[in-house]
Amino acid sequence: MPGLFAYLVVAALVFAIGLFGVLTRRNAVGILLGIELMLNAVNINLVAFARWHGDVVGLLFAMFTIAITVAEVAVGLAIVIVIFRVRRTIDADRLDLLRG
Amino acid sequence: MASVLLVLGLPLASFLAIALVRPLRRRGRAAGWVGITAMIVALAEALRTWLGSTRGTVILPWLPGDGGPMATVGLLLDDLSAPMLVLVTLVSLLVQMYSLAYLHDEPMPSLGRYYAYQSLFAFSMLGLVLSPTYLQMFVFWELVGLCSYLLIGYWYTRPAAARAALKAFWTTKLGDLGFIAGIVMLWSATGTFEFDALFRMAREQTLPLEGLATIMFLIYLGAAGKSAQFPLHVWLPDAMEGPTPVSALIHAATMVTAGVFLVARSEPLFVLVPGVLALIARVGAFTALLAATMACVESDIKRVLAYSTISQLGFMMAAAGAGAPDAGFFHLLTHGVFKALLFLGAGAVIHAVGTNDIFRMGGLWRVMPQTGVIFIVGTLALAGVWPLAGFFSKEAILAGVWAGGRSGVFVVLALTAFLTAFYMFRVVFITFFGHGHPHGEAHPHEPPWLMRGPLWLLAVLTVAIGLRFAIGGGGEHHPPGWLAALSLALAAGGFGLAWAMYGARWIPVEAVRRPLAVIDFLARRRYFLDAIYGAIYRGVMLGFARLIGWIDRYLVDGLLNVASAGTLRAGDALRRIQSGQAQDYVYGVAFGVLFLFVLAQWWRTP
Repeated sequence: MPGLFAYLVVAALVFAIGLFGVLTRRNAVGILLGIELMLNAVNINLVAFARWHGDVVGLLFAMFTIAITVAEVAVGLAIVIVIFRVRRTIDADRLDLLRG
Repeated sequence: MASVLLVLGLPLASFLAIALVRPLRRRGRAAGWVGITAMIVALAEALRTWLGSTRGTVILPWLPGDGGPMATVGLLLDDLSAPMLVLVTLVSLLVQMYSLAYLHDEPMPSLGRYYAYQSLFAFSMLGLVLSPTYLQMFVFWELVGLCSYLLIGYWYTRPAAARAALKAFWTTKLGDLGFIAGIVMLWSATGTFEFDALFRMAREQTLPLEGLATIMFLIYLGAAGKSAQFPLHVWLPDAMEGPTPVSALIHAATMVTAGVFLVARSEPLFVLVPGVLALIARVGAFTALLAATMACVESDIKRVLAYSTISQLGFMMAAAGAGAPDAGFFHLLTHGVFKALLFLGAGAVIHAVGTNDIFRMGGLWRVMPQTGVIFIVGTLALAGVWPLAGFFSKEAILAGVWAGGRSGVFVVLALTAFLTAFYMFRVVFITFFGHGHPHGEAHPHEPPWLMRGPLWLLAVLTVAIGLRFAIGGGGEHHPPGWLAALSLALAAGGFGLAWAMYGARWIPVEAVRRPLAVIDFLARRRYFLDAIYGAIYRGVMLGFARLIGWIDRYLVDGLLNVASAGTLRAGDALRRIQSGQAQDYVYGVAFGVLFLFVLAQWWRTP
């Protein structure tokens, strides 16, 4: 059984990969996937700490996060589809309606 | 007192009627007759009041205060105000009648406006002389100033008239500042504005004397502004831009004498401060001489009369300052009659010839003998020839100044009396007897009866007042015998010199002018006083205003402009940060959080 630190390192790596995806992907679906990775990195953290503390609340919190992630993906994909219908593209570089 | 109320109320009623009833105002001739009718009744009532024995004071509370009213209003009828009532209503009536003929070319609505002003002026002047308190007097004082402004600027489309009206208003306002400051200081020292209470305190010697000299000097400033005393006299010659009847009424007979009236009214207070009285006498004499020299070189007939008015006001002030205010007041009344006569006569001449320049007149005796006789009667009275009105009042003033022990003032006034005769006969000889000057297309003729009537009435009055004193003696005044001889000699000398120079032409004008070149040069340029005031105005006042304007425009506005322009620039620069791309914002958030983490770590490990 590896120590807490190993879990945290894994979680940090996953989070960094997710953030990298969010920042570099031009495809809106790719950005959504990046966000999923970041959320799951958080889940890993929650579970690892729950185990380390021996506290079940952390597990419950992880369940919550998974449920919310599902809802978020549903909404996010719906938004992406609508954007595609309107703009005929989901390239993030070209979605700059709010440029100052 | 009911008839006094009628005298005061009728001009007010006629003013309100003309000013508020539009159809009346649009028909100027009808408005004129309304004003004249009101003045006829007012004159009758004023005469009745003057001849009657009713004298007294009515006081009503006005501004409430702790322990009795702070200020009161009312009517004061005494031997000072009763004759003034007659003078004001008489000259007002005659001037209003005269104006109807003099201004017959005016458009009707404009004439209605004229009569509204005239009625308002009569009301204000009557209110002024009837005031029993300084405060009420000040209110009416400002009202006559307003009427003067409105009537000088009657032809307001002429720039010269508009400028002259403003100049008159502001110059007298300078004195009025002193007047209001003086009466407020007097009030804070004694707690009352009422003449009766103040004079009682002066009699019982309970008046605080500390600071009284300053107070009375300030009050005198107001009188000096209104009565055109040096150095505030510059407005009166310019005021001749108004219609001639206005000059006769306001700038000769009534309003300008308000200053003398004020000094005569306040005499019980002025005698407590001999220093101020001496100043009044000296300034009065100086003003008289200064204005007389300017009258000697003036070629505008109305301006000659204006300088003469300033000079005579100087006489009155000198008398008041030398301890003979009743002599000054006497001269005020007689001067009011014969100077109105002279102005109206000059108006008839101007009306006939169409110019003010005496050197473009000449030989008018042949075509206007009646006006000539009338004008010469006024001239004789002003020069102080027995037995006309001016002789007795001028003699009374000289006697009073002599009795007051002011020999310097006496000499100056005597010299001025000589000059008075000279400059008046100069005008007479040039205007009526000079020959051969072309009149252009104008055909001089006698004025209509509406103008001649008032002229004859004033001429008869001038003679009648004189005869009354010639037969009945000089009242309580017993001037020394040599004084009458001196007065006559001065008048005769002035007449003789004028005749020799302009009538018979024995002495060429140049021969007199050359030895007096300096005075001639200065007098023709009004002693540079207007230029100096103009320079002060342009140099100091306008310079200061420009400085303030520059500060406002460049410092205050500049600061605000920099602030607003900076905000705009900053906004424009910061706008470019908003790329509109969600990923850029996430970059910001990510690196911001990272930065905060690093910062937190760095803080925790010292």
